Amino acid sequence: MSRTISSRLSSPEARLALIAVLVFVFMAVLSPDRFLSVQNLTSMAFQFPEFAILALAVTVTMLTGGIDLSVVGVSNLSAVVAAMILASIAGETAVGAGAVMWLILSMVVALSIGAVCGLFNGALVAFVGMPPILATLGSGLIFTGIAVALTGGSAVMGFPAAAAWLGNGLVLGVPVPLILFALLAAIVAFIVSRTAFGLKLIMFGANPRAARFAAINVNGLLLRVYMLSGALSAVAGMLVMSRANSAKADYGSSYLLLSILIAVLGGVNPYGGYGKVIGVVLAVLSMQFLSSGLNMLQVSNFARELIWGVLLIFVMLVNSPRAAALLRRERTT
Amino acid sequence: MSDTDPPLVEMTGVTKKYSGIVALSNVDFTIRAGEAVCLAGENGSGKSTLIKILAGVEPRNAGDIRFSGVAQGALSPRASADAGVMVIFQDFSLFPNLSVAENIAFSTQLSAQGALYRKAEARRIAAETLKRVGVDISLDARVESLPVVHKQLTAICRALAMDARLIIMDEPTTALTEREVKTLLGIIRRLKADGVAVLFVSHKLAEVLEVCEKVVVLRNGEKVAEGPATEFDSASLTRAMTGRDVAETPPDPLAADAPVLMKVAGLSKDGVFHDIGFDLRAGEVLGVSGLLGSGRTELAKALFGLVAPDTGTITLNGAPIPLGDPLKAAAAGIGYVPEDRLTEGLFLDQSIQRNVAVGRLDAYDRGAMLDLAGLWGEARDWLKKLSVKHSDPEAPVRSLSGGNQQRVVLARWLARGPKVLILNGPSVGVDVGSKSEIHDIIQALAHEGLGVIVISDDLPELLATCHRLLVMKGGRITDEIIGTDTDETDLGHRLAS
Repeated sequence: MSRTISSRLSSPEARLALIAVLVFVFMAVLSPDRFLSVQNLTSMAFQFPEFAILALAVTVTMLTGGIDLSVVGVSNLSAVVAAMILASIAGETAVGAGAVMWLILSMVVALSIGAVCGLFNGALVAFVGMPPILATLGSGLIFTGIAVALTGGSAVMGFPAAAAWLGNGLVLGVPVPLILFALLAAIVAFIVSRTAFGLKLIMFGANPRAARFAAINVNGLLLRVYMLSGALSAVAGMLVMSRANSAKADYGSSYLLLSILIAVLGGVNPYGGYGKVIGVVLAVLSMQFLSSGLNMLQVSNFARELIWGVLLIFVMLVNSPRAAALLRRERTT
Repeated sequence: MSDTDPPLVEMTGVTKKYSGIVALSNVDFTIRAGEAVCLAGENGSGKSTLIKILAGVEPRNAGDIRFSGVAQGALSPRASADAGVMVIFQDFSLFPNLSVAENIAFSTQLSAQGALYRKAEARRIAAETLKRVGVDISLDARVESLPVVHKQLTAICRALAMDARLIIMDEPTTALTEREVKTLLGIIRRLKADGVAVLFVSHKLAEVLEVCEKVVVLRNGEKVAEGPATEFDSASLTRAMTGRDVAETPPDPLAADAPVLMKVAGLSKDGVFHDIGFDLRAGEVLGVSGLLGSGRTELAKALFGLVAPDTGTITLNGAPIPLGDPLKAAAAGIGYVPEDRLTEGLFLDQSIQRNVAVGRLDAYDRGAMLDLAGLWGEARDWLKKLSVKHSDPEAPVRSLSGGNQQRVVLARWLARGPKVLILNGPSVGVDVGSKSEIHDIIQALAHEGLGVIVISDDLPELLATCHRLLVMKGGRITDEIIGTDTDETDLGHRLAS
């Protein structure tokens, strides 16, 4: 019996599911009336999708053994441009089909900007051969800088009312951001496990040199991976814009670390070659349960970061084969 | 040193189990000061386990170990090093970006109590050690810029600088050409005269037999043969290791009317290879050999587009292939099985079937999604065809033995139905039994009409597989030999002269 449980828990995803459930139950027991309230659950469902989508963006690059530090820069730049279309071209007073059309157009533009930013990152990594961590650190600053230059550093406001639907609307009682995240997570999971592109990107992450020797189009692969990451970042940017009813060059600066943390927490191997979207989803849920529970218990923000850090190190310890070997040795001798 | 002294290392009844599987069973082993011993065995025979136990990396489950007559409890890497047991692994574990002097003296300096690194002292130690083995390598050369044999000597010197009394060399000759092996053997003789014991661990031992006093053969974790080196030769070693005779037969003659498949003309890359030209016929196995640095590996990579030549043409069935683009070369029907399986050939942590299927992803791409059933089915068929021994196609390829890993890389390329297959060192790090099976596969492929190019410096392998041999020297083809017109001695001479 104990063997079947331990073998079931041998995958990082299974352990994460357990952790997510434990955190949920823990918070529910500590503060049942508030944590389990409909209001709290819906507010959580509106909160996490924006950084969860950024975590998906980081995940796809991390699968190749790279990283995208420009996700927040990309999302702000795309959101700023979309916001400028909505505020100055469409205008606050636009309603009906016109407003919806402008919203769709602004989204298309945002996605295109995200993809172009990703293409830039991908080109630096693939053709110039820059280490992804440096390429995207630099490009992230460039994207933020462009956003500052476009806005003069102030927030862009005054959208048609329709724009608020994206971040605040409900479809059959389910928050739109949550639907969007579920959709994107399913798409990324499909890409990673069922398409030639996805398998190639995992194999590349496992051994870039062998991928070249196996006649995989490595450059094309990297371009597409960073474009995917850029496009996902742009979606997150649109959500932030809609929820804040404004766009600014420096929104969501804490999201970068959070999204990387979630990806690693979700069992994605930072050296590339392994990772499952379900793990990232479970990590997002654990983080959100934890942070909103702590919020309710009125734990200070500093303590919350400390707890996040402890959680990260704990999960990495649990997932580390070396730590597992140490534990086994303790038990046998 | 007399025979009445206690031996340097004495193991009795040493047994090691890994989660129930016996890796080493009741093995006795002794080595004396100034003695050289060959420890032979196929992959998985327990050689590495024995080294790891001696080096204190793995604990033994049973048995006694004595160093110079002193019984040892549980060994640790520290305790083994203090007793002078030093292992030189196949990759030498050197710091490529540091100088020769730093590499040799680093560990000594670290274990000396001083907090500072003393450069002059380090140079003195390094110079002294190099003198002791009688080689001349620049103290300031960066290790990564050295030829393999000098890296190996640097590793030996590092061990000596740490007062090594027993140097264990893991696969010492696989990366060395014959001439370099001779240099190595000369140094081993000096070390022995100095009272240092040497243990060679390898499955390619014939060439070090002449400096050894004793041979110990392991098979399936048991000691199956032990005796003076003079009683062994290449054939009897192979028989002891595999438990059977492995007779290598030369390939069937090539049909006289076999059409030309690939034509290479005027291929040059400045400073690497010059004016390379040859024809490869359908069904032909063409060997390319030469010393390290002769340009043989670069040529192989250039044929597959991994190295871009400056000038020249490669045509396949009359159609020119763009140079310097592995994707186009692969699409045209050229396959390349790289020299270094672990870093270039395999995705070690990925599953066995993924390692095969990675070459066929585009073929099974059905628009939006992959035909996974077809992809895995084909991969498994190929694993079966090449009789890859595995328990689960979803297990990581890392879990396979060297010979089976090589077959996985072969399967990946064969699944693509190539016209020309380039095999660089097809049996490096592969045990004797698997080696002859790989040779059988090569012959079978040629029978099916593939053109095969074998790049190797393993002479018996070349003779067993190739119809024709090209010898490279200084980036040029200097000799072309018909396989049946030569033998090992003649070929060795043509290579080294």
